[in-house]
Amino acid sequence: MLLLTCPHCGVAAEETEFANGGEAHLKRFGPGSEDAAFEGYMFNRKNPRGVHFERWRHAYGCGKWFIAARCTVTLEVFATYPAQVSEPPKDVIDTIKARRPQWGGWA
Amino acid sequence: MSDAVSALPGARFAGLVDLAEAGPCGMITLRGDLSAAAVAKAVKDTTGLALPKPRQVAIGKAASVAWMAPDECLIVLDYAKAAETVAALETAVADAFATVAEVSDARAVFTIRGAQARDVLAKACPVDFADFPVGTIRRTRAAQGAAAVWRSGEEEFTLVCFRSVAGYMWDLLTTLARPGGEVGLYR
Amino acid sequence: MSHRLEKGGRLIDRGTRLDFSFNGKRMQGYAGDTLASALLAGDQMLVGRSFKYHRPRGVVAAGAEEPNALLGLGKGQRYEPNQRATTTELYAGAKTVSQNHWPSLEHDVGVVNNAFGRFLSAGFYYKMFIHPRPFWKHVYEPFIRRTAGLGRAPEAETVDADRYEQVYAFADVLVIGGGIAGIAAARAAAEAGRRVILCEQNAHWGGRAPVDGAVIDGQPAGDWVAAQIAALRALANVTLLPRTMGAGVHDHGYVLAYQRVADHEPGAEKPRHRLWRVRAGRTITATGAIERPLSFAGNDIPGVMLASAMRDYAVNWGVAPGRRVVVVTNNDDAYRTALALHDAGVTVRAVIDARSEAKGALPEAVRARGIRVATGTAIRRVEGGKRVTAVELCPQESDGAEASERIHCDAVAMSGGWSPVVHLWSHCGGKLTWDEGQAAFRPDPDRPPLGHDGQGFVIAAGSANGEMRAGTVLADAHAAGLTAAGAKKSTAPGAEDTAEEPLAPVWMMPVRATYKLRSKMWLDPQNDVKVSDIQLAAREGYESVEHAKRYTTLGMATDQGKLSNINGLAILADALGRPIPQVGTTTFRPPFTPVSMGAIAGEARGGLFQPLRRTPLHDWHAENGADWEPVGHWRRPYCYRQPGESRHDAVLREVSGTRESLGLLDASTLGKLLVKGPDAGRFMDMLYTNMMSTLKPGKCRYGLMCNENGFLFDDGVVARLSEDAFLCHTTTGGAERVHAWMEDWLQCEWWDWKVHVVNLTEQYAQIGVVGPNARKLLEQLGTDIDLSKDAMPFMDWREGRLAEIPARVFRISFSGELSFEVAVPAGHGRALWDRLIDAGAEFGAVPYGTEALHIMRAEKGFIMIGDETDGTVIPQDLGLDWAISKKKDDFLGKRGMERAAMVAPERWKLVGLETVDGSVLPHAALCPLEGKNANGQRKTQGRVTSTYHSPTLGRGIALGLVHRGPERMGEVIEFLGDGGRMIPATIVETCFYDKAGEKQNV
Repeated sequence: MLLLTCPHCGVAAEETEFANGGEAHLKRFGPGSEDAAFEGYMFNRKNPRGVHFERWRHAYGCGKWFIAARCTVTLEVFATYPAQVSEPPKDVIDTIKARRPQWGGWA
Repeated sequence: MSDAVSALPGARFAGLVDLAEAGPCGMITLRGDLSAAAVAKAVKDTTGLALPKPRQVAIGKAASVAWMAPDECLIVLDYAKAAETVAALETAVADAFATVAEVSDARAVFTIRGAQARDVLAKACPVDFADFPVGTIRRTRAAQGAAAVWRSGEEEFTLVCFRSVAGYMWDLLTTLARPGGEVGLYR
Repeated sequence: MSHRLEKGGRLIDRGTRLDFSFNGKRMQGYAGDTLASALLAGDQMLVGRSFKYHRPRGVVAAGAEEPNALLGLGKGQRYEPNQRATTTELYAGAKTVSQNHWPSLEHDVGVVNNAFGRFLSAGFYYKMFIHPRPFWKHVYEPFIRRTAGLGRAPEAETVDADRYEQVYAFADVLVIGGGIAGIAAARAAAEAGRRVILCEQNAHWGGRAPVDGAVIDGQPAGDWVAAQIAALRALANVTLLPRTMGAGVHDHGYVLAYQRVADHEPGAEKPRHRLWRVRAGRTITATGAIERPLSFAGNDIPGVMLASAMRDYAVNWGVAPGRRVVVVTNNDDAYRTALALHDAGVTVRAVIDARSEAKGALPEAVRARGIRVATGTAIRRVEGGKRVTAVELCPQESDGAEASERIHCDAVAMSGGWSPVVHLWSHCGGKLTWDEGQAAFRPDPDRPPLGHDGQGFVIAAGSANGEMRAGTVLADAHAAGLTAAGAKKSTAPGAEDTAEEPLAPVWMMPVRATYKLRSKMWLDPQNDVKVSDIQLAAREGYESVEHAKRYTTLGMATDQGKLSNINGLAILADALGRPIPQVGTTTFRPPFTPVSMGAIAGEARGGLFQPLRRTPLHDWHAENGADWEPVGHWRRPYCYRQPGESRHDAVLREVSGTRESLGLLDASTLGKLLVKGPDAGRFMDMLYTNMMSTLKPGKCRYGLMCNENGFLFDDGVVARLSEDAFLCHTTTGGAERVHAWMEDWLQCEWWDWKVHVVNLTEQYAQIGVVGPNARKLLEQLGTDIDLSKDAMPFMDWREGRLAEIPARVFRISFSGELSFEVAVPAGHGRALWDRLIDAGAEFGAVPYGTEALHIMRAEKGFIMIGDETDGTVIPQDLGLDWAISKKKDDFLGKRGMERAAMVAPERWKLVGLETVDGSVLPHAALCPLEGKNANGQRKTQGRVTSTYHSPTLGRGIALGLVHRGPERMGEVIEFLGDGGRMIPATIVETCFYDKAGEKQNV
């Protein structure tokens, strides 16, 4: 069972206190968007084997959303950071690259 | 007007710890930028207390202020004082982006007293109570219900949950505090 | 004859006798006995029957690896099957029964399977029971069910009398195993100041070392253990947990441990079991090692036992399972058993050693006591039925066709070497390495399970790490404790080790045994898997160890292969001609030994099974005949039954009473979310399909919420409280979901918008006052709000006082009647309700439940989320186009609704349905069409979403989604009823009652 640290309140808590929200950093496509773009936004997910960015809400705690960068193979958590960003912060990217030199990078 | 009735008036239990429902309790949710001077001043002026640091509760004689989230605190005070305090706070933060809401009736409050308080709570909450001095608060779950727990005294904890699950929470705590269930974890 | 020795038994208290029974026979043991030691002391060698052949089974082991001695224990509400006798403490009055036999343990008809053993080989279930197919149900299954299976399940009516609980604990270092390794590791970590939990599955500390006579730091191991435990107990940073089994190691240092708090004192005022949910920085597995059996013909006959187990029974419990014992081994350690038995006064007929020579100190000590040692020798065959009577010997390097000698004996102690207990190391991905010298898998320290930080979080220590001598065990464990604690070096406890000669891997006795012998060599005595079965599986192509396991059922018994796995692997590897490490092991999965269902459930049973949400009026409902309906975790009255009244009649009475005069509804469960801030209007316009920002303070508007697919997921009335604040009502189950939905968009998409959401659902009790006399009743209670038609028209709300209670009154209607919903602080809810009931008596006010609510809304054609919607329905399907703004550029779901499939005219749309005969359509009835779809299912053109008997109209009414429904008004279509009966119904408008809306607008 995962152990995650909420970057908003600083609490390290077990998975049962959080709610998972799926892949992070999706770009919303609304009215006027092409079918393909909308389909990608709604349905297409990376589902990577390895480095993954996913949304979590500290549901039983402060109620805030954050993003966890973790490895889907080893479950190593590289970092957690507030959800109020549209892409992973540079220091998170650097941390992951240090741990996973072969990683292809975000995007 | 009749007096407000709390969720489980007069509930008491003595076991591994002493449990009690605290009766009607004034509670106000304040949402806003906790680092803004206007917000801090509003809290100070109405409660006499400085805003607590993250995961802390400022405990005063007439009121307490609990940190709930980076943009939220909970003011706990006398039930009869809640409405006028809401009004005062609303006036004080009128120019800031802040929201004040009375939630006194939305919650149930329990006290857990005794040397084994942490052991009993450890049966319900996935929380490490080792480094948890007086004035520490943790929002978490107690078994299957959401709860906020703070250490309100050396051997006393206060647990707040939604009013609708007060019965569940009471039954849970009294079950976990039944004699014979000593754990001996926190000494 | 008692098999209790005159002396010895370090764990028993000969001063305290305990009576118990086995299959009705009265027996006696001592405090400190296990069920197994007490049974053996009473010469009860036969304790059960095997799964397939129903062969007699005796105790083999003295610990968690025991495959045979599984008993039904206790009675009535405390009866539990499959209790492992070797790890169950004896208590006074224990009632035990053996299992898996019929009609009796001594005389079992299933043993006939044994005679046909050659037909019941590997995969026999798959081969045998396939044909002819009808035989399965009528012949094979009934037979298997009666003769197979283990213990009898408790009677269906019994309710477990005990209580259970769980506890969350945190540690820097968790040590699993309270032998000398665990103790040394815990001590090292604790001295470094770390928070330590040390757990031990048995009631006593110290593991095997005291039995084996280890001397630690100059003290006998038992004394050293006692001193260490006392020292650890005195440390505030150490928690000691005896009777606690490390059940599973999980991700990120999460470990489950199973404490048998009160199994040994049934009826005590204690939780019976406690599940520890530990989060540990580092976990040390000091779980010891398990001795391997040897494979020789007849090694399953009662009386054949692990050498270490026989030693345990003699030293720990003062019990000699046999009086004339033969020891058979491939290593020096088993000689300790010969010495222990001899010194306890038991005759050791011989030590049979498969190795060509045995020159170590232990064999020499055995010889010095005058005990014969036969090297290069194997047991060819054990003789006996329900008990060993003799063994035949032959050279190990032979095919065993001829016996060289016969020795009379009543027990055989066997040792095939030791396997580290690597289960917990392996649970979360720790890898193993093959130790050639010990012929065993041991943890590979370079490939531990990885934690949240990417670092290894499990350290194996002592015998679990492959160290088999007390001195090396202590050094290894001490180092593990220091590593786990991140501490500097300190002095480890020390022990003098007796030198031992290497073992010789022996996977079969004799090495080239004939087929006849091999087919009587048991690998898995519970599941009846033999050497010949594994060899057959290999010949039939089951090369993967996982496949061979499932095909033969090797290691699938309740001991999960603790005894059989390595031997089975070795046989498989030999049959495949591959090295053992290449064949690998099967997967080790938690729990290490079984965990009770009670411990898994913890306190969550009965009233605590799940949280029940109660409204402030709950008690009144309960006292007044409420028939409850679960709605999410809430309980709402379905109806209120008067004495002698049926549910149906109560519902009809409630509807009529409300429509004719006055009804009262507890609507407190509706979600109430405050949305406030400078950008609240903009945010509301994104959340709802309709325009909310134009709503004026003091007004209400019904709104719809869709997900990004455009599918409708919640609805409710929005009240604008002020320029920057809205109060959103949600469905009963929807408050938390909608709140989370709002926070998601505010935090993750529009985080620069200035909006706060506060969930006020439980701050208010909300009461619907409904019916032609609603206004009169409220006015009688006294209010400063002008409730008149002109001052407060439909869809307005006001704030004021009602019956001296601060209140918000919303003039909204879900019934079509004149209706007010009154919200007051929850703490005043009951007082208001009581006033309404009292004052309402004059009008014949009826409290009504959810069913009356449903009927009245269906009569009006109002939709219900979850009835008319199912997660694939867009508002346009429900004729709610009027609630979808065409002016807004964007709202959640707008893009989704624009997709081709959503705008296609072919969609099923909501209509009213009236049966031609006035009957009530079945719930969820389908309207079939001729032909079949791509899945071969009958085509359909519609389905019923809501269906009721309308007391107002005196007939059945329904709502349903029908293909192009609104275009087909007046058409009669047929719905499928029970038993294929077709029910014709006319498509009509969705509103059945007061179509002009006059009743609510008075």
